Amino acid sequence: MQQIIFFFIRNKNFLLFAVLFFVSVYLTIQTHGYHNGKYVSSANFISGNVFSAKSNVTGYFGLDEQNQRLLEENKRLRTQLEALKSSDESHGADSITIPSGFKYKSARIINNTYSKSKNYLTLQKGKKDSVKIDMGVISSKGIIGIVNAVSENFSTVQSILNTESQINARLKKSNHFGTLTWDTKDPNIVQLIDIPRLAPVKFGDTIITGGKSTIFPEGILIGTIQEYNLDEADNYYDLQVKLFNDMTNLKHVYLIENTNSEEILQLENQVEHAE
Amino acid sequence: MQNNAILINALRFVLLVLLQVLLLNHINFLGYINPYGYILFIVLFPLDGNKGLLIFLSFLLGFSIDIFGDSGGVHAAASVLIAYVRPWILKFSFGISYEHNNIKIYKTSMAQRFSYISILVLLHHIILFSLEVFNFSHILLILKSTLFSGIFTILLLMSLLILFSRKN
Repeated sequence: MQQIIFFFIRNKNFLLFAVLFFVSVYLTIQTHGYHNGKYVSSANFISGNVFSAKSNVTGYFGLDEQNQRLLEENKRLRTQLEALKSSDESHGADSITIPSGFKYKSARIINNTYSKSKNYLTLQKGKKDSVKIDMGVISSKGIIGIVNAVSENFSTVQSILNTESQINARLKKSNHFGTLTWDTKDPNIVQLIDIPRLAPVKFGDTIITGGKSTIFPEGILIGTIQEYNLDEADNYYDLQVKLFNDMTNLKHVYLIENTNSEEILQLENQVEHAE
Repeated sequence: MQNNAILINALRFVLLVLLQVLLLNHINFLGYINPYGYILFIVLFPLDGNKGLLIFLSFLLGFSIDIFGDSGGVHAAASVLIAYVRPWILKFSFGISYEHNNIKIYKTSMAQRFSYISILVLLHHIILFSLEVFNFSHILLILKSTLFSGIFTILLLMSLLILFSRKN
């Protein structure tokens, strides 16, 4: 017994080191799965408030450019609205509008990383503003990521610039879809893999979200094809996609909530269990 | 440690965390190169201080950086490791009798200081990036990041030391 106690006393530094190192590695591995109970995230009281304070100061830089972007978006939306109005006039004013099933919220980014292999953003909206895990995040120009942790006032977003991210996307011209991944090399280029060989792939073609998941509606812009080649087995294309978004310069985003997601997921679960 | 040393180290801890998460994490030189200046805390921790305490504080330090950076526990792991091996590095850089000679880091020769800091930094960075990337097919990315960020961090730490040693 005494020997054991002596052993502990003699090696107390090593044991302390081993325990703490093990804890850290455990926390690291935790983050490698997608949102299976994340304990550590920047969506907490302390870091959220520090980032908010910083964002309150730095938020004034680049306001011109942000305004310009909002103007552009307004212009685009107005044009769409006019087009819709003129095509809709024949229906008369009492036409029923069918709810689309997607709700939008705006939020401000208070922290953004893009230089690591697993990047996250922190938003200044949380549970209080009914932000939930698995909501999609886009900017006026295109896709950004998926909410993966929420606290009372803040939330973190797993960026598309994250080696764990896998988002369903397709070619705008045809319906061939694949998976959007990132190889960590360039924050403005992502990879679209598993596009079947039959698909008509051309330089400069637009890539949009596929709408095959409950997170993003179909048709959110992603980017354009910059380079493509067949994979080793020659059955699928690997595309290099240049993002419309400048992921290094973001301030305001929209959160998308799918009001039907619960129903869809429940149904899918039922089917899985029935098999 | 005297009260004074405790106060200085506590202040250094908080300031370095803030410096790291608000400024250094956002430099992104050439797209991805960031210095990790917060390990200055481990470099400057009293050479005769309690080793167990240093290991624990290093864990807290790395963990704080991880919370702000959403990086799980990679900084905590790297910091704990260099805190644990620091006595051997000190022996290697300053000679076997560093503990008895009551060495002040500001008074050591440039070469000794450089070897001490570079070993700590490179060890820290290789653990950090290996755990962050967590994929040995990206070994080149790990080495590249370690080297470039390492040079950046070493330069930063050396200049910070020179900057603050004038007063002493």
